[in-house]
Amino acid sequence: MALLEVKDLNVGFCTPEGEVHAVNKLDFSLKAGDALAIVGESGSGKTQTVMALMGLLADNGRVNGQALFKGEDLLKMSTTELNKHRGREIAMIFQDPLTSLNPYLRIGKQMIEVVRHHQGLSKAEARAQAVEMLRAVRIPDPERRLNQYPHEFSGGMRQRVMVAMGLLCEPDLLIADEPTTALDVTVQVQISHLMGELRKKSNTAIILITHDLGVVAGLCERVLVMYAGEAVECGSAEQIFYDPRHPYTQGLLDSVPRLDRPDDKELHAIPGNPPNLLSLPEGCKFRDRCPKAHDACKHEPPMQVTEDRHAYRCFLGESA
Amino acid sequence: MNDRVLRVQDLTVDFTVREGGLIRPKTYVLKAVNGVSFDLNAGETLGIVGESGCGKSTLARALLALIKPSRGRVLWMGEDLNKLDEEALRKKREDLQIVFQDPLAALNPRMTVRDIIAEPLWTFFPKIARVQVDERVRGMMKMVGLLPNQVNRYPHEFSGGQCQRIGIARALVLNPKLVVCDEPVSALDVSIQAQIINLLKSLQKKLNLSLVFIAHDLSVVKHISDRVMVMYLGRAMEISYRDHLYKRPLHPYTNALIKAVPIPDPKLARSAVDTGLTGDMPSPLDPPSGCVFHSRCPHSVKRCQLEVPALRRMENGDWVACHRAEELDLTIRAC
Repeated sequence: MALLEVKDLNVGFCTPEGEVHAVNKLDFSLKAGDALAIVGESGSGKTQTVMALMGLLADNGRVNGQALFKGEDLLKMSTTELNKHRGREIAMIFQDPLTSLNPYLRIGKQMIEVVRHHQGLSKAEARAQAVEMLRAVRIPDPERRLNQYPHEFSGGMRQRVMVAMGLLCEPDLLIADEPTTALDVTVQVQISHLMGELRKKSNTAIILITHDLGVVAGLCERVLVMYAGEAVECGSAEQIFYDPRHPYTQGLLDSVPRLDRPDDKELHAIPGNPPNLLSLPEGCKFRDRCPKAHDACKHEPPMQVTEDRHAYRCFLGESA
Repeated sequence: MNDRVLRVQDLTVDFTVREGGLIRPKTYVLKAVNGVSFDLNAGETLGIVGESGCGKSTLARALLALIKPSRGRVLWMGEDLNKLDEEALRKKREDLQIVFQDPLAALNPRMTVRDIIAEPLWTFFPKIARVQVDERVRGMMKMVGLLPNQVNRYPHEFSGGQCQRIGIARALVLNPKLVVCDEPVSALDVSIQAQIINLLKSLQKKLNLSLVFIAHDLSVVKHISDRVMVMYLGRAMEISYRDHLYKRPLHPYTNALIKAVPIPDPKLARSAVDTGLTGDMPSPLDPPSGCVFHSRCPHSVKRCQLEVPALRRMENGDWVACHRAEELDLTIRAC
């Protein structure tokens, strides 16, 4: 059985200008121990997708569809019911570690609180577990560090604390929203190694949200590419990186400047800008920027699925 | 070479930091930029990379005389910018422009695009005719890839990439000779980032601009630079020609930085080697003795802890600040 199965997820926001369609008709599923990357540019709906799953949408947000976690629909749960899952079975790491840690509380208190709340351990046991977790994320001198405040940690250390907190209760699913974006490259490498290691150890499934295709390649087996609130392509990392089918995925891969390629050529840029989510165009959302667009693209393109589970939303190669 | 436009010698910028109690606060000196020297030729692009807190933005501001250095000189066309009086410096600013990181924050939300791009013209040529300004503004918009009929719009009506184009148009409207770009693409999405990099590259060729391009992303810098400077804790660790730097870096820190860049290729990424870096960046308030990188360097020896390595010129024209540059082979493999 799938650990998480999302079916026909729609997220919208009511604004004075009208309804913003942030996520439209999204389907994906995840087995225990899987690592799925959700990739897309700003405004593609990747963050709002997981916010909806965690019940963390803003007040003007509305969501419909299904998100079955171990067979139970997360979207239909009350806050109390959700709280039984959040933190214990599903944990989340946010992009900015400084704003997601409480600056007034010592790291130890914040970590111990999590364990005590979810696992009902005594203070001493919880503390021991927190120390062990900090050691696992390679924070030197964890006993002393527990008594410090978030501002006494560097950016990379703080993100490691966030990873440690996320993994404290050995969740079945870890959602990481741009966990390395705010970090320098050398630190980024450490954090993504760490997540990969810990995942192997505890068989935690990961949803990694990022715009950095390089991070994805090292950490995830499956990749979901989003554009203007829709899934445009989904497949294994090899399929997405070596055989991208959707013109947007192809454009995205080509526009990344790479160290392992000759650099005298002009970078391939995707012309234009993403569409306004207030008034999405009919048919294919990528039509205006697509080099291969033709008349049929005025209609909604079908999601095509190949035999080896490579799905893409485009008319191209339909007959093949 | 004779077409050298900018010469920086031993540039040092100190900040005084107060910490602790109200009664007797301790003061520390933070050397944000420490003894940096380099030359820049006309039409050349120097990329500056380094992690947060390494002093790259401070260096940018010091280059444009927006902050006074505590030591050292910035020579623009042979003249020390910090020795000029206010009026003479103001005149020089016509040649020296900057493009900022956050494109929307750098534009006044209450001004139209016309006013934003025209402001430098009004400042430097108050008597210029309105028609002439309008013509120039429209010309600039076309050059940076904006539609000239959008001159009456406000910044919020544009996307991030378009706002960055407006910022570039404003920087170029006076026909400057040097443009300092401080992380100009880091706030943009990859597909838009590529547009702006291509734009900067083509404009530079067309206008024979000298560019100082600051970024934390090594692959972006690789695409645009002729030479690259790597900074760590306020010091220049290496200044090398691009092709040398990415194939065979001279400094262990450069090597670690290059290895840390994730490659968007599943097979290569999974076989990726360790960077060899240990620990975190030390506090700039209390940098290590000797070579500032020795505490994290996999190749450090006793000498590195005692003696500050000078930035010295190698035979092939590259510069490096490492005692062991000759004996280490840091060739980058696999790509």
